[in-house]
Amino acid sequence: MITLTLRYTTRAPMPGNARRALVGVVASGNLEVLLERTLPDTECAVEIATPVRGYDEVWTAVLADFVERASPGGLRISINDSGARPDTVALRLMQGARLMEATR
Amino acid sequence: MTGMMIRNEATVASASWFLASARERLTGILDPGSFVEFLPPSERVRSPHLAQFDLPAAFDDGMIVGRGRLDGRDVLVAAQEGQFMGGTFAEVSGGKLLGLIRAAIADPDLPRSILLLLDSGGVRLQEANAGELAVAEVMRAIVEARSAGVAVVALVGGRAGAFGGAGLTAATCSRIAISEQGRLGVTGPEVIETNQGVEEFDSQDKALVWSVTGGRSRRLIGGADAYAEDTMTGFRAAALALLDSPPPFDLLTLQAEQERLAERHALFGACESAVEMWGILGIADPEAVRDMDDAAFVAIAAGVKGMDHDAR
Repeated sequence: MITLTLRYTTRAPMPGNARRALVGVVASGNLEVLLERTLPDTECAVEIATPVRGYDEVWTAVLADFVERASPGGLRISINDSGARPDTVALRLMQGARLMEATR
Repeated sequence: MTGMMIRNEATVASASWFLASARERLTGILDPGSFVEFLPPSERVRSPHLAQFDLPAAFDDGMIVGRGRLDGRDVLVAAQEGQFMGGTFAEVSGGKLLGLIRAAIADPDLPRSILLLLDSGGVRLQEANAGELAVAEVMRAIVEARSAGVAVVALVGGRAGAFGGAGLTAATCSRIAISEQGRLGVTGPEVIETNQGVEEFDSQDKALVWSVTGGRSRRLIGGADAYAEDTMTGFRAAALALLDSPPPFDLLTLQAEQERLAERHALFGACESAVEMWGILGIADPEAVRDMDDAAFVAIAAGVKGMDHDAR
């Protein structure tokens, strides 16, 4: 298993007040993403566990794009990957961000 | 406890149970906002073994346990995620299920009903010893829970079916609901083919697999107590109906179950196919059972004797 940790400073905190969200399932070509609002307002940390070697640059690019689009400040994001394609990863991240944006 | 709630996407009532994830099924079957999870993913109680096999773990180990409400009624729930490692029984997933059932036995203030949303090929081969132990302990715990007056209802309609330890677990429950897509058995189709040869059982022949292990056949021969439409509302209705009438768990029930199974064996033991069994049940056009829609099946099933019983 490969473990990657990426850290970002975001331009703004993630909107909404949901504390946690989980999207996706650990299944072939899929992944699960756990989002938790536990960090200071403009910090974001992403931990990725994947059995697939040699894709560090792709992960870095997909996450950088996500951080730019969603500005997930305050979120600790944990990923269990089972060989998902980059577009699936991007989709799950945006689904997670949408759930965290909820207010109630 | 609301701080422990994990936010999920909304689940449409008409969504397919077969295609849904375990979390979507829980959201779809329980009253909105009523689910409280025990050991949620944020606790990160994961398999300690999968990394040795270079396999990714899941934050809930494919077993979601908690409590919620079903039409206002308090229930404990456990849901297997069939897409993760085939929904298998392992050290953590088995321990979570066992803990839930044992809690119901020990604490009479907890809900007196447990829904098991089974979706599992059985024991996880990478953690086989722990998984086999978990199945044995779960079966014993279900029996003890039933003795203590807890109704345990199995809902079967996921992609992995309920085979191996999940089939055995279902067999110990108070009641079983199944959909057309649901499959129930002990030895799964691939295992039969591997051990006995493709001439004995062709696991690639979907029509054969479903006619033998599928929900319609199980319901017709009394192996399941309710037939659910493959939707959230379908399983919700089936669960509600079954929770209202759990059989008493005593010697008479066990004797009735033994008699029922002996009669079933005498009736169908020589059959070469499921269609033959449906013919013996008096269904005029047994070949048509596979292809008819749910409403037509329910209408035909209503005329079959012996499906409903107080055994189990």
